[in-house]
Amino acid sequence: MLQIKNLHASIQDEKQKTKCILRGINLQINPGEVHAIMGPNGSGKSTFANILAGREEYQVTEGSALLDNQDLFALEPEQRAAAGLFLAFQYPVEIPGVNNMYFLKAAVNSIRKQRQLPPLDAMDFLTLVKTKMKEVNMDEKFLSRAVNEGFSGGEKKRNEVLQMLMLEPRLAILDETDSGLDVDALQAVAKGVNSLRNPQRSFIVVTHYQRLLNYIIPDRVHVMVRGQIIKSGGKELALEIEEKGYGWLEKEAQA
Amino acid sequence: MTNNYIKQVVNKNYRYGFVTAIETDTFAPGLSEEVIRKISQRKNEPEFMLQWRLRAYQHWLTLTPPHWAHVDYPDIDYQNIIYYSAPKTQKDGPKSLDEVDPKLLETYQKLGIPLHEQGRLAGVAVDAVFDSVSVATTFKAKLAEAGVIFCSFSEAVQKHPALVEKYLGTVVPYRDNFFATLNSAVFSDGSFVYVPKGVRCPMELSTYFRINAANTGQFERTLIIADEGSYVSYLEGCTAPMRDENQLHAAVVELIALDHAEIKYSTVQNWYPGDENGRGGIFNFVTKRGACRGAHSKISWTQIETGSAITWKYPSVILQGDHSIGEFYSVALTNHRQQADTGTKMIHIGKNTRSTIISKGIAAGHGQNTYRGLVRVLPTATHARNYTQCDSLLLGNSCGAHTFPYIEAKNPTAQIEHEACTSKIGDDQLFYCRQRGLREEDAVSLIVNGFCKKVFNELPMEFAVEAQKLLEVSLEGSVG
Repeated sequence: MLQIKNLHASIQDEKQKTKCILRGINLQINPGEVHAIMGPNGSGKSTFANILAGREEYQVTEGSALLDNQDLFALEPEQRAAAGLFLAFQYPVEIPGVNNMYFLKAAVNSIRKQRQLPPLDAMDFLTLVKTKMKEVNMDEKFLSRAVNEGFSGGEKKRNEVLQMLMLEPRLAILDETDSGLDVDALQAVAKGVNSLRNPQRSFIVVTHYQRLLNYIIPDRVHVMVRGQIIKSGGKELALEIEEKGYGWLEKEAQA
Repeated sequence: MTNNYIKQVVNKNYRYGFVTAIETDTFAPGLSEEVIRKISQRKNEPEFMLQWRLRAYQHWLTLTPPHWAHVDYPDIDYQNIIYYSAPKTQKDGPKSLDEVDPKLLETYQKLGIPLHEQGRLAGVAVDAVFDSVSVATTFKAKLAEAGVIFCSFSEAVQKHPALVEKYLGTVVPYRDNFFATLNSAVFSDGSFVYVPKGVRCPMELSTYFRINAANTGQFERTLIIADEGSYVSYLEGCTAPMRDENQLHAAVVELIALDHAEIKYSTVQNWYPGDENGRGGIFNFVTKRGACRGAHSKISWTQIETGSAITWKYPSVILQGDHSIGEFYSVALTNHRQQADTGTKMIHIGKNTRSTIISKGIAAGHGQNTYRGLVRVLPTATHARNYTQCDSLLLGNSCGAHTFPYIEAKNPTAQIEHEACTSKIGDDQLFYCRQRGLREEDAVSLIVNGFCKKVFNELPMEFAVEAQKLLEVSLEGSVG
């Protein structure tokens, strides 16, 4: 489903200096798989997630990424969304004055339009969104609030998962969705993700900690350090990292 | 990709840029006492009107144009402006819509103004001002039943001279300022509303202003009187053809609310803004002021300003009556080379007077957007309260937002709150929306609409929809 080959990317800092962030990522994700990407701060995990979604300040300097054989880097961010790519943001953005339900409906129908499907009418939409909100334990009052405005950290992350449930992506990327969550919120998020798991849908779960992976069991775990995947393994690799940290892997990679 | 999109839309931004070929009765350019006498004569005005105009003209000769506003434009040659232009068939005035030139009706139809029966369905009574004169007022009969007078200013001068003489210039005196004084001397038409005691006006009243002729200034004057315990909601819309030269629009609006009366005045201003290089466009120099004369009276201004090359206007409220309320809700958008210096004045005189100011400025392209406001609490205004919120939103790196709030409190019991913030449409917000599948221009319009929501909420329903669409059109091509 997702094929990434030799991906290099950089960003220009304030002094117009080019800084290399990804240095040759290779990754193959098959339909139905959940891949976790772990790594220390500043290793390039979030950059990787944002580049796949089409964030403009990064330059892809080398390599390719195919989603269902479509060249992701040839698509605008909204076209990638229509192709089925969803990014749950590490820091969900507030949009003052824009009603959360209105936003969700605009997103759903914009994607449906790009897929040449008829828009959902107000009633169908409302029924659907209310069902999905129950799955993430979100109160209906959040529908009438402005997008993420004044939401707590946990509420924002639940809202991300709600959006994901509504948009039903082919590939969902969760960028540190677990950061700053209490156990209840963590379980709610995991429940939402697990309810979407099926043989056609894949996930990339970016995280610092093994904790989330107790609830979302990954098929593969990759460790990213300084813009490279230095080790891949099964779910037991996450437990090993939890126990020993990243230091031993970095040494192993240098050796 | 974005750049191509910009190029595509830049030239189709302004949808109302057409010119109507119509025979007109037009004066030669230039201003003199003779021109003023001729205007007054054309309109068959009583002596008091002529004398008032002439006093204004004499005073205007002593004035120099103001330069304090944060706008930049070449000097205007007032001798090169046509001060009167009227559709020819208009001379004797239409008795009914059937007598209105079909070409004019066609024009208004293109503008989407319901002059015929559609209008009644929409529940809006329309007075339309084309260049200098008012051409049609719909639903007079239904309004007359309720005792509401809604007609062109010219007609009011003929049929209700006592009311005109009693109230004209009592809120905006002819000596008020350069442009108001000019307007007082040469204004050729406008709208007049009188709502009698205790009457709630049965429909929204509406005026559409259209500048058609070249080199013509439009100077209309609106006077609205809400007698004790009455209520009226008034809507105003404006458009003009695309022309390379600048055109002057210097209007005056006076509102008077007596005891327990309420006036709600909404404007959607979409004069031609000029092209992307700043060529052409309307100079919109307008004086709007309301007087809450009576106790418990209320005046509320809502404006959506998206057009004009330069906007210079400060719809204000004089809070004379005890417990009176003044409100100002504004969205001003400047794109390309547009400049706006707009805001309000709230003058608290009576006890327990309250005012609210919500101003949302949006600057895109090379637009310059200024909020200028005055809150003045006089010693008599015990327990006066004001709340001001003025926010600016910037799109891109070449535009500017400026805020000049003035606060003068001469009474220690006054409570004044002021909040302001300036933000830039963040790449974060745009990327977030696009990741959820929204196209870039839809994302911008969504964010801008959210920013303006508090003001849109104040607009009558059908105008709110129009205002949102207008913002979308005005913002097309502003992302890049």
